[in-house]
Amino acid sequence: MAVLTETPAPVLRAPASPRRRTKRVNRPSAWYLLPAVAFFGVFAAFPLVLVLYLSFTDWSGIGTPGFIGVDNWIRLFQNSAILDATWTTLLLTVLCWATQTPLSILLGVWSAGEQRNRAVLSSLFFLPLLLSTAAIALLYNRLFDPYVGIGRGIEMFRNILGSTSGALTAIVIVVGWQFIPFHTLLYQSAARNIPKSLYDAATVDGAGRWYSFWYVTLPQLKNTIVTSSTIMIVGSLTYFETIFLLTNGGPASSTRTLPLEMYFRSFKQFEFGFASAIASVLVIVATAISLVIVRFSGFAKMRSTLEGL
Amino acid sequence: VKTRPNYIAGALSAMWLVIVGVPLYVMVSWALQTRDSFLDRGPLAIPGSITFGNFAEVMDSGFMRYLVNTLIVTVACVALTLVVAIPAAYAIVRSLSWASGATFRVFLVGLAIPAQATIIPLYLIINRMQLYDSLTAVILPTVAFGLPLVVLVLVGALRDVSSELYDAMTVDGAGPFRILWQLVIPVSRGAIAAVGTYTALGAWNQFLFPLVLTQDPSMRVLSLSLTNYKQEFQINVPGMMMAVLLTALPVFVLYLVARRWLIAGLAGMGSK
Repeated sequence: MAVLTETPAPVLRAPASPRRRTKRVNRPSAWYLLPAVAFFGVFAAFPLVLVLYLSFTDWSGIGTPGFIGVDNWIRLFQNSAILDATWTTLLLTVLCWATQTPLSILLGVWSAGEQRNRAVLSSLFFLPLLLSTAAIALLYNRLFDPYVGIGRGIEMFRNILGSTSGALTAIVIVVGWQFIPFHTLLYQSAARNIPKSLYDAATVDGAGRWYSFWYVTLPQLKNTIVTSSTIMIVGSLTYFETIFLLTNGGPASSTRTLPLEMYFRSFKQFEFGFASAIASVLVIVATAISLVIVRFSGFAKMRSTLEGL
Repeated sequence: VKTRPNYIAGALSAMWLVIVGVPLYVMVSWALQTRDSFLDRGPLAIPGSITFGNFAEVMDSGFMRYLVNTLIVTVACVALTLVVAIPAAYAIVRSLSWASGATFRVFLVGLAIPAQATIIPLYLIINRMQLYDSLTAVILPTVAFGLPLVVLVLVGALRDVSSELYDAMTVDGAGPFRILWQLVIPVSRGAIAAVGTYTALGAWNQFLFPLVLTQDPSMRVLSLSLTNYKQEFQINVPGMMMAVLLTALPVFVLYLVARRWLIAGLAGMGSK
């Protein structure tokens, strides 16, 4: 590709002959799309179709998957472990949303202020974003360890990973620690885009700080709340690494969500067909949610939040 | 004009600073202590003396190998992503073909495909392609799952380019490839840097694909190596913390030198 380093043609020159000009095509052909489409097709879209097919097969991971009809799906709906995992997944999604959203809005609006100390502090707030999910999960796994962790100094954390409700709380804390900075970033740029005149008008009307926040800021953040919540919800349904490395589904199997259940059934118990049925459920739920986003909030809004950075 | 400082908000943000700060402090402080000192002094104490013994220990247990693997995966993912995504975004914005609109919609819906749900078919596909247990096996799906957001962000940037610029180049007699090289790439530098950073971060932190598509230690990447360090350093927790710290260090350095692109890239990353 480096061949094309010739100097650009001079801007002023006689127009090419009409015959040559009509032959010139200045628009790219559809072939420019092909490499990207092929990549996405083979390694992302095709697997989606394949996972649905695999959910109707019996496959141990080696050899050829054998078609067995709807057996996996019947088992799926009769299996109490799957029912528990679904419940855990939904509970986790609700808890994660309910803790992250208010905190992200408050921190985002606060850090959007122009004061110098806010700028310095908010750059510190974003530090968790620099760590990978795996690093964060293992850091907290050691931090919450009853023998070496902060539980030695702070009683409430002593055996947090040892009980069902504790382990679930731990996941909510870790996920919040990791993702609140990201959502704060979204709310920060959205809050900065709120026209100042709206606040001035509210102040003229005698509105205090609380009133301005409730009646000016929050309504103006509506689109961002939709975007951020959808990202949170789709994300929570599919958390894998955090739970895998923090609790490994335990204690017992109390924090096994659907993605973990899928992983254990396939790569540990070699029931790839049955696990594919679980994966299909995840795909269907995530696609349904994504269609709702595209339909109701529009991608244009998400793009503008990205551009604001 | 506000005169009264907002004490409640200040208190809340100070609290959040503690929540963010303590785990990071613990990570650094443990990593720089010997195991005995960390056990004696308690988890939150300031280290009495600093040691780099943990650093040496982590280095001795294959860290460089995993670092090189991770760098290969990261560089390959960024290069491949840009090579296929830039022409695609250009065609979506400028081509008159029906295929460009269809591709745009495919990537729009593709944004929400959960990678977790495709690991089983990917395992089958990668095995059939005889790529299992290679870095290529990690690179290919990582690129594919990054593409939707990358293409959409590039399309957004290219839509802002006025058509007069394209027309001017056409008058000059430039074909589509020269326009791509001399107009599209230069004007979308900012967006390219942002999506490049986003792709690099995604590849650097990739855990799931290496977990299910590789096996041999010679193909191990950093994020996956952390799980092995957890077992290896079961007793030497400070060693484990040093490993966690070292995997994050390159990103910290990037944060210092290229804060703007990194934040833009991170904004994209969280949306996956």
